[in-house]
Amino acid sequence: MSSTESMAGTEGVTISRTGQQGAFGGELLTVNFGPHHPSTHGVLRLIVDLDGEQIKRLKPVIGYLHTGIEKQMEALRWQQGVVVTDRHDYLSPPINNLAYALAVERLMGVEAPPRAQALRVIMSELTRLSSHLVWLGTSGLELGAMSMLMYCFRERETILDMNEEISGFRMHTSYIRPGGVMADATPRFLDMLASFVKEMPGHVDEYEDLLTMNPIWRARTIGIGRLSPEDAKVLGASGPMIRGSGIAWDLRKTMPYSGYESYDFEVATSDACDCYGRYLVRIKEMREAVKILDQALQRLPDGPVNVDDRKMLPPPREELETSMEAVIHHFKLFTEGYSVPAGDVYVAVESGRGENGCYIVSDGTHKPRRVKFRSASFVNLQALERMALNHMIADMIAIIGTADTVLGDVDR
Amino acid sequence: MPDEKDQESVIDDVTALAKGLKTTLGEFFSPVVTTMYPEEKSPRAERYRGRHYLRRYDNGLERCIGCELCAAACPVGCILVIAAENTEEKQVSPGERYAKTYEINMLRCIFCGYCEDACPVQAIVLGPEYEMSDVSREKFIFTKEKLLEPLPPDVEARLKSKEQK
Repeated sequence: MSSTESMAGTEGVTISRTGQQGAFGGELLTVNFGPHHPSTHGVLRLIVDLDGEQIKRLKPVIGYLHTGIEKQMEALRWQQGVVVTDRHDYLSPPINNLAYALAVERLMGVEAPPRAQALRVIMSELTRLSSHLVWLGTSGLELGAMSMLMYCFRERETILDMNEEISGFRMHTSYIRPGGVMADATPRFLDMLASFVKEMPGHVDEYEDLLTMNPIWRARTIGIGRLSPEDAKVLGASGPMIRGSGIAWDLRKTMPYSGYESYDFEVATSDACDCYGRYLVRIKEMREAVKILDQALQRLPDGPVNVDDRKMLPPPREELETSMEAVIHHFKLFTEGYSVPAGDVYVAVESGRGENGCYIVSDGTHKPRRVKFRSASFVNLQALERMALNHMIADMIAIIGTADTVLGDVDR
Repeated sequence: MPDEKDQESVIDDVTALAKGLKTTLGEFFSPVVTTMYPEEKSPRAERYRGRHYLRRYDNGLERCIGCELCAAACPVGCILVIAAENTEEKQVSPGERYAKTYEINMLRCIFCGYCEDACPVQAIVLGPEYEMSDVSREKFIFTKEKLLEPLPPDVEARLKSKEQK
């Protein structure tokens, strides 16, 4: 593929001629798309072979946002690792926290108390909502529906305000930690959540009014980016990508965690197998998330939000004044940390993008030996070529959008 | 001449577009949610993790006892504490030791709040301030002098009332 001549393209796109013959008499063009292109959701670079405007080959080039997060974890103590997990899939930090916390807890053989589990479910569903809202807003924007971005980000802002209220931070919450959660929910948070649960279904209706029957949206998504159920399985797709191909695979149902088995919700699927099907799946998931939030709020159990284990979590602050033992535990936990029994464990949770797994190996010390994240974005990205083949290059934008990749999660 | 089916779908399309336009028109008349930053600022939550402050007791003594737990708890290693002994002539903190040097590299800090959790005497707290941009890198090394600036009065009052409980 020798590039004989380069032509100036638009920003982020360079074009070279390959000299190969295309089906329409012209020659195949190799187009470099990104990494700095507004529609690539970060820094995704694609090398696309074009016959006229048709995509004949598509190769994602990743690694532009590699941050070495997995390696960094090896240098941090178990409880410090939480702050790093926030930062790989930066659109759903609490769900990343949850995968890590569950993995550490399983190795240690502890289980978070019921109230913590309910709060974890609440945070997970809020995150799923905010992640889908970003997806809907940006995908709408890319396909010409400008107002979607504004409406979706308005609701996302409410969720970020709730994050701030409960954890003190809007995005990198570090809220879910091994052994429980950072702190109990404030009464104001519960009020905000109650009014959010009441308002959100109306907003989802609004999005549907704007898009579901809209002829432009339908023309841009129906039949575009087909992924057959067989392909979805073979390529390891998960989340809305596999459910959009008609397979009801949702880790919240198939391998429940944090008490998801006790909530009443449906797994959204669509047999359409195209971008529109995945859109419908995500819209339905938003409605189901609100349903779960409502249930969690109705029956939020009372009680502690952290395990009562002085060897794992620091003692309450009041005890520091009165108990020497508490002071010793406090100092020991913040300097040396706790050690986790040797072994390895893989725990997967359902994030807005799919199976978000965390594999940890412990050698029995106070730091992990190895941490590996199985990110849904990375695996779903592999389906990109299968979906984009023989489509027009303009449809590629819709297809990148529908994969809903977060590049920080792809490269880690 | 378009056939019947085409006509039907055209009607559907126009209805869908009208429905969408109705939604946007409705939004036009609904209250504005935009905050006109920086003229107008939204309030920060109580737990907000912003700029660090070092606190003092009411009698003016520094709370920090130079135990370096904050530096040990910090996941990014942005805190430097060098402790010194209190003497009878120079009593800086109520304990035996005090922090001679206390520096936070704000360029490294990720505002996780672990230092606040670790501090046994609640000397270091993360305040509500988030506007910290500056023009030179040196200014982001917050020294003890800068960190000892008093907290906003309402935050200080809230922390005190929590301690008394």
